[in-house]
Parts: sequence; C-alpha cells; structure tokens
Amino acid sequence: MSLAEKVRPDREAPVAREPRVTDEHGRRVRVWELVLRYVLLLAVLALTVGPFVWQLSTSLKGPTEDIFSSPPKFLPSHPTLHNYKRVADTIPVWDYAFNSLKVAAANVVTNCVGSALAGYALARLRYRGRRIATLAFILAMLVPVEGIIIAQFTTMRELGLNNTLIGVVLPGCIGAMNVLLMRNAFLNLPYEIEEAAYVDGANVWQRFLRIALPSVRGTLAVVAIFAFMGAWDDFLWPLIVLSDPSKFTLTIGLNYLHGTFANDERLVAAGTVIAVAPLIALFACLQRYFFRGVGEGAVKG
Amino acid sequence: MALSTVSGKQISGKPKSGAPSPRRVRRQLPTSPWLFAAPGLLITGVFILYPFVSTVINSFTDRRTLIPGRFVGLANFRELLHDDMFWIGLRNSALYVLGVVPALVILPLLLALLVQKNIPGITFFRSAFYTPVVASIVVVGLIWVWLLDERGLINSLLESIGIGRVGFLSDQWLLLLSAMAVTVWKGLGYYMIIYLAALANVPRELHEAASVDGAGAVRRFLTVTVPAVRSTMVLVGALSSVAAFKVFSEVYLMAGPSGGPAGEDTTLVMLVQRTGTGLTGRVGYASALSLVVFVVTVALMLLVLRADRREET
Repeated sequence: MSLAEKVRPDREAPVAREPRVTDEHGRRVRVWELVLRYVLLLAVLALTVGPFVWQLSTSLKGPTEDIFSSPPKFLPSHPTLHNYKRVADTIPVWDYAFNSLKVAAANVVTNCVGSALAGYALARLRYRGRRIATLAFILAMLVPVEGIIIAQFTTMRELGLNNTLIGVVLPGCIGAMNVLLMRNAFLNLPYEIEEAAYVDGANVWQRFLRIALPSVRGTLAVVAIFAFMGAWDDFLWPLIVLSDPSKFTLTIGLNYLHGTFANDERLVAAGTVIAVAPLIALFACLQRYFFRGVGEGAVKG
Repeated sequence: MALSTVSGKQISGKPKSGAPSPRRVRRQLPTSPWLFAAPGLLITGVFILYPFVSTVINSFTDRRTLIPGRFVGLANFRELLHDDMFWIGLRNSALYVLGVVPALVILPLLLALLVQKNIPGITFFRSAFYTPVVASIVVVGLIWVWLLDERGLINSLLESIGIGRVGFLSDQWLLLLSAMAVTVWKGLGYYMIIYLAALANVPRELHEAASVDGAGAVRRFLTVTVPAVRSTMVLVGALSSVAAFKVFSEVYLMAGPSGGPAGEDTTLVMLVQRTGTGLTGRVGYASALSLVVFVVTVALMLLVLRADRREET
C-alpha cells in the first residue's frame, strides 16, 4: 500500500499543467482516458436514447415528409403535432391513457397500504402462524406469474371480473415482494423506539402509523414507484383479461393500433410517445428511488 | 402527557418495561395482527397460491374455458411430447436463455465500469442508460419494430453504407435474434445499476496493488473486478435466465400473435397464452404447458445458484 502512495505523485508530475480532472478519490484522470470515456459514453447514449429520439422524430414528421429516406433524415423538416391528433381519431388513446392511469393509481394505493400493513405484521407483531404467513409470501414471490396466468384468468372468470379494470388490478394489487420489502424495512428499524411507545401506552395502530410508518418512507416510495411503473407498463395480463376495446389500457391499445394500422408508422410512433412520456418524466423527477428499488428488489429476487 | 400515559398503562395493565410479551399483545388487541396481514394474505392466496394449485390440478384435466373438465391423468403431458408447437416453443425459449444471459451478465458489467468514475456529467449518462428500463416493453417493442423495419432506420443506414437491406423481421432466425437484442437492450440499464452497487464494494486497494504490479486494464478486470463481483454475476445470471425463459412480449410484438412465419418463433409463454385464453381456450392443456414453464424456471434458478456454490468450495 505504501508503495502505491509513493508511486502516484511521481506519475502525475509530468502532466501537472493540464486541467485537473479527478475521480471520486481525488486521483487524477489522464486526459486521453477521459476523452475515451466520453466517446464511449456518447456512443452508448446514442444506442440507448437514440431509438426514443428517432421515434419522437418520426411522430413529428408530417404526412408529406418521407420517413423512409436513405440516408435517413433525423430531424423533421416541418415538425407537426398532426399525428397526435390522428392517433386520437383512430383509437380512443386518451381514454386508454386514463384507464392506464386508473389502473396504475389503484395499484400504487393498494400496494402501499397492503404491503405496509402486512409487512408490519410480519416484522413486528407476535402471533401464532406468523411464520406460515411469511412463508406464504415467500412462496408467492417465487411463483412465476407466467406459469399461473391461465389459472388467474379462470379465477377472474369465476369471480365475474373478466374484462374489467378491477380484474386488471387485482392479481398484483398487493405484491408479495413488496410485502417482504416492507417487512425488511420494518425489521431494520430499531425496536427500542416502538418499545418505548408501547410502554407509554401507544396501541398497535398508533405505533404503526406514528412511529414505524414515517421511518420507512423511503421504501414506501420505492414500492409506490415500482407499483406505478409495473401497472403502467404491464402487457401480458391486461392482454389476457381485457377483450373489450373500450376497456383497453394504453399498452393493449398500442398493440391493437400496431396490429391494425401497422403500416402507418407515424401513427404508431405518436402512440408510443404518448405511452412513454409520462414514465420518462416520472423517472427524471424520482431517479433516486428508481435506482434504490433496483438494489432492494435484486437482493430479494 | 406523562401522566396520561402512566394512567393509560395502568388501565391496560401492561408490563412496566421490557419487550412486549406475545401473549399480552394478543390479549390487548386480539385481532389486529391478522387484520394487518389479512389483505395481503387474501390477495396472495386468491390470486397467486390458489391459481398455482389449480394450475397443477387443471393440468390433469381436459378443462376448457367454458367446459368444466374431467380427470384425464397424464394425457395432457403425453400430448405435449407429440406436439410440434411445444417443442418449437421450448426450443425458442431455451435459445433465448442461451442468447440473452451471457450478454446480460457481461455487457452491463462493462457499462457499470464505464459509468463508475465520477466524471462531470456522469449522473446524466447513468440516468440516460436506464431509460429503456423505464419504458414499457410494448413501447420498446414497437420502437424496434420500426427501427428494424424493411424500410426503417437501420436498413436505411445499412443501405447507405452499401450493405443493403436485411430482413430482420421476416427471417425466422433473424427475428428471434433481433428480439434477443431488444431484450438485452432493455435490460442493460437495470443490471448496470446492480453492478454499480457491487463495484462500489470492491476495495480500491486491490486495483492499486494490481496496477503497481504492472497489470494492465484487461488483466485487472479479470483478476480483480471479476472475482470481486462474481456473486453479483451469478445473481444477474439467475435473474436474467429466469426472465429470458419466460419471454413473451418482445417476440409477441415483433413476430406477431402467431409467432412469425408458420409460428416458428413461438415461445413457450406465447403458446400458453394462445392455447389457454379466449372462449375456446384449452385450460387443461395450457396448464400442463404452464407447469413446464414453472419447473424449468425453478430448475434454472437452482442450476445457477448451485453452480455458484460449487465454484466457491
């Protein structure tokens, strides 16, 4: 180690005049390496964000503009919102968006309330059968949804909820993984505070609402965001449970649009932009929680 | 405040100190623990665990959507063995795992190394690389359908550099390959974040020691980085292989509901969806197919985790 400490200043000395860019440890980053990094970063940026930009550009191109030109034209020469008007004339896209919003909002509320309650019960309350309850959630988390989707469909039929938005929400409305995430969050809280409240006479609801819940806001936010994203983006389940075009969510509506008007690329492009824009906006505002959720979810999964 | 809590304590007769004993909590509010857990347990029971049990039961019946089934023993599973579509689906789903998993184990790690250093603007790049994860798979699928279209952007570019147009979405194998590429493209950012967390725990001293010993970047990657994040690589392998085997949306959107030319690009989950839904759905047979999905998924998970343990010892 001491050798490394000694070597570093020597190596930096000859290039000391160049602008100092340092990494998180205060070590200099060589200029050619920095340039290489940015070149690579820009290349990956073009690959990951480029397709979205191309889609946006296509959606803004007017009916007279050639979208198939080679070499391609990346910017619309006369940007127009005409395609967005047309897509609304072709399918009730705003109704679909509203359906998606309803489903996503309901999913957020039920997941937050349900998994916080159940997570608290698993983490804090002593009662007979707690281990079995925990096991039930763990097993449920391990069952792949794709493996039971037909039975979920027949269950929905038996309940008479097929082809309703409630039917879309119900199976995932209190995710087992969210319950276990909340359980872990509660387990990580120091027990002493709740114990003190208990001694002071706070009952279980008071301890839950006033002490435990405010301390796990971060995890709750993660659950909320992933519940929203999961419901907004979901495809397979709504595809199976919804058959009436007036009840479609945005993803199913887009699939329908693509299937029926596949050759109208501008139209499909406008539809996808409508579907993806709200989530990108949400992500831009709440990145922190998105990234945090990946970490917590991966450890559990 | 203090007074009222003291009196409250006396009324309910709670212990003076120490952790609440199980019995007392129950006596105080006998129903609350189950009340707390009830909504979650109800939903999980009715919509996850019950459907799982009924999938197993249905797989031994000839149940259809509108017709309650009779017990037929192993007939569904015997039929499965002679069903060409089943073997096509199994082949495609298995190929999907083989194609997607290595890419999703390695590429996001390289990407994480690229965005690890805190150089100016790096948070923007990290977020931007994550964007495909946020988008719905339907949006992603349709974006790529347009990009890979016979007259789309990629073919325009290929033509303008003289390679000529490629039928990405019309050839059976190219289509499957394109779908895999889309899956990888959408998953990169997600696994990058997982790797970033793991890389943050790699002791810097190791890198420095290796570089003092004269190890180049590639050497350091192989001897320091890879061993340090090995358990994360196994985790990513497990997560991505399970997800890859269950692939549905990418192929459904790119190949169409019937799975491309002559259904040759059908995946197992697509087959489940096609067989079991609708008014004429063969629920019994689709349940047998679903069980295969379930068993392979669990097996994949165990396989990856076991490989990990064997390497450790």
